[in-house]
Amino acid sequence: MSLWTLSLTLAFVVAAMLVSLWQRLGLEKDMLVATVRATVQLLLIGYILKFVFHVGNLALTAAMVAVMTCVAADNAGRRGRGLAGRFWRPFVAIAATEVLTQGFLLAGHVIPVRPSYIIPISGMIVGNSMVACGLFLNRLRDETQARSAEVWTLLALGANPKQASRAVVKAATKASMIPTIDSAKTMGLVQLPGMMTGQIIAGADPIQAVRYQLLIVFAIMASAAITSIVLGLLTYPRLFNRFWQLLV
Amino acid sequence: MPHAPVAKHEPSPWAIEFRGVGRTLPSEDGPKSILTGVSGRLARGRVLTLIGPSGAGKSTLLSLCNLLQTPDMGEVFIWGREVRTWLLAELRRRVGLVMQQPVMLPGTVADNLAVPSRLHGRPQPDGYRLLQQVGLDPSLLQRPAAELSGGQKQRVALARILSNEPDILLVDEGTSGLDRESAEIMERHVRRLVASRSLTVVWVTHDLEQARRMGDETWLMDKGRVVEQGITEAFFEAPQTEIAKRFLRAGLRADRRTLAPGEEDES
Repeated sequence: MSLWTLSLTLAFVVAAMLVSLWQRLGLEKDMLVATVRATVQLLLIGYILKFVFHVGNLALTAAMVAVMTCVAADNAGRRGRGLAGRFWRPFVAIAATEVLTQGFLLAGHVIPVRPSYIIPISGMIVGNSMVACGLFLNRLRDETQARSAEVWTLLALGANPKQASRAVVKAATKASMIPTIDSAKTMGLVQLPGMMTGQIIAGADPIQAVRYQLLIVFAIMASAAITSIVLGLLTYPRLFNRFWQLLV
Repeated sequence: MPHAPVAKHEPSPWAIEFRGVGRTLPSEDGPKSILTGVSGRLARGRVLTLIGPSGAGKSTLLSLCNLLQTPDMGEVFIWGREVRTWLLAELRRRVGLVMQQPVMLPGTVADNLAVPSRLHGRPQPDGYRLLQQVGLDPSLLQRPAAELSGGQKQRVALARILSNEPDILLVDEGTSGLDRESAEIMERHVRRLVASRSLTVVWVTHDLEQARRMGDETWLMDKGRVVEQGITEAFFEAPQTEIAKRFLRAGLRADRRTLAPGEEDES
């Protein structure tokens, strides 16, 4: 695909902007920013990936994964509304997820130790983990507020923070895993996932593409679970003060 | 009052002692004082009834006793130890709180009664006996707790606390949602526990007749202060302060009019 043919697809953006103008949605500026950002970021990452793949250095690959993890943790921390602290709790949860999941794939020789495999698959694991973090933190706060009478009752009976928050942490963990499970259920029926689509367009055998897609589906299911569990362990104490009083 | 060293461990004759206790909460128009300079004490096996208008700070005072709220000023001693020096699990096991609105935990009545022993790693209680203690039919054990009536829930909540074997019981408007008969059953069972195991009770109520029936001692609170403390009979027969006289006159005229639940400050 040439840059010229690609630029034709800007017609879609123009169409969306016209709708926005016509309906007075006021989104034109956001759309413009989004288009420019997506273009610049993707072109940039394209060149970076080309360079990293060409060099084939594992340290460089690890550094890229680390940067991804940091950006994801920073983003997830913003969504935590203070519950997770600014950065390090989501970082630990996402990093643990990436290390465990990716480590398993590499140790089991499921994927070859090559940047062109590690980086895209890490991107999917880390991205999914980031979404799970945001969902978990939002739900933990909402569940705790909705069930605060129950939590206070347990505290009044002498429950420690872990005992008092067990039910709400469990509910938040469940809630943060449901989207992943639901999308796995309809996979292939409702949408052809991006990675598979990409491989097929790039000329790969659909059967081979499906195998990789399944690997991703399984990996992100595990990563949603690992993320919620690690984040749950790190954040539940922050629901309480030192006298075991509920703060949320 | 002078501060005593917190390190004393000898058993105290006082179940509860407040020394210059204050509590301030932030509000929209600056800090709001909920409790000011509350002092007083209660001996083992005595029943204290706590009365006063809504918002007088009665519920807040209760929640300081098991540290569900922290005093901003002064100290609260339970069995001679300041609440903040207690092991929290132990303090809250021994100082049970019956809330105004009973909260049933998920599961059956039996599940609810088993919660305290699970929290404290103790053997499962005899649910049958616990229900009998509060005058409930043991056939309720396998019923989902959420399906019970208000009066049944209140008594299950009491039984749940009793399975912790507390030696101090705090009751926050424990009978305000109940009909007269259920309320009297609750009163009778609490009274029986006071007699049989020297339970110490602080009983918050809007019902002056109940305060008189239940209490050995009565404190009247108003605007965050304890305005009169005395032996219950003496308090009702011959109140000392003008404010107490007025409160009793108004209260008796209103007879059994109960104030809307939820008006009282939450713990």
